[in-house]
Amino acid sequence: MHQIIDDTLGINLLHANQAGADHNRAHFDEWGVTCLNLMSSPGAGKTALLEKTLAALSDVLKIAIIEGDMTTELDADRLRQYSVPVVAINTGRACHLDARMVAGGMHTLAENHTPEDLDLVIVENVGNLVCPAEFEVGEHAKVALLSVTEGEDKPLKYPVMFREADVLLITKIDLAPYLDVNLECIADNVRQVNPHVTVLPVSAKTGAGLNAWLSWVQSVVKPSQMTSV
Amino acid sequence: MHETDMTRALIMTICDWRESQPEKLPVAKVFLTVGQFTCVEPASLQFAFEVQTRDTFLDGAELVIQETPLIAFCHACQAEYRPEIGLQYACPDCRSPMDDIRSGRELKIDRVQYFQTAQSGESPRAVKTDHAHQKS
Repeated sequence: MHQIIDDTLGINLLHANQAGADHNRAHFDEWGVTCLNLMSSPGAGKTALLEKTLAALSDVLKIAIIEGDMTTELDADRLRQYSVPVVAINTGRACHLDARMVAGGMHTLAENHTPEDLDLVIVENVGNLVCPAEFEVGEHAKVALLSVTEGEDKPLKYPVMFREADVLLITKIDLAPYLDVNLECIADNVRQVNPHVTVLPVSAKTGAGLNAWLSWVQSVVKPSQMTSV
Repeated sequence: MHETDMTRALIMTICDWRESQPEKLPVAKVFLTVGQFTCVEPASLQFAFEVQTRDTFLDGAELVIQETPLIAFCHACQAEYRPEIGLQYACPDCRSPMDDIRSGRELKIDRVQYFQTAQSGESPRAVKTDHAHQKS
């Protein structure tokens, strides 16, 4: 005698990660820290952009980096040269950072530094255009990078990442003259899936467009921090 | 790859649900809704679910995945349309970008179906709950 019973749950599959992300964000807010989540495919130039960002802003803002890398500390070591706190999170075989991993990074930060003194925490996600898009980590804004060598069609093929981004940096624009690539076409394709995105073409190598990016970063840092600098 | 993590989250949620039940009854089916405009591959979820539930109280339970299509709403035309994923997201009539998404972003555990036996009590499989917790 079996009776089949349905129990309605109606729970988001990622509710645990979402709760973790909200918890992280609450901590950032309590500390007065702005958090950015940097996402792109491998090799789009996240670390190069961060190097330029730290070189330009580490005197103006107190910045820390939470660095997701699958197995090495190579990227973290590049950023440590700029004398800012860098917490490396080795994700092992995981293809993205999740809220729990970033919470671990925040604890490490809080152990060795006074987080209330920080203005900005930048999370460099694992290079991947797919998975990080679904896992919030507690950021206040998402920054996506797409290098000109990846092709104009990538926003159409990996729409979720570009849909979620607050800012899209089109990187390596110094290479554009050597490629059959149209920056306007990239921007148009991104806007098809995300009409509200801010598009900033940059080159970390030549410095082209970096001022617009640095201004944007400063604009999202919480005002109380800016005035205290 | 991330389907493995998502399946772990799914099993944890079912474990929590089960803990809240007065009786630990065998689960027959778990119903999920997965939108087409997500980074989730239903076939990978099925595979991960089968592997991760082995020798747990969910061993043999069926994962039923309902996919929802991507449907956008064009404010200029005041009409819904279906973007072509991978090709075209703008409104086919007026070319306005895809702004409001009405369907396709769902990742939801809808419901759990379980058996109630006439003289329902602790089923032998129920004692494996802790094992599932350890795995996840």
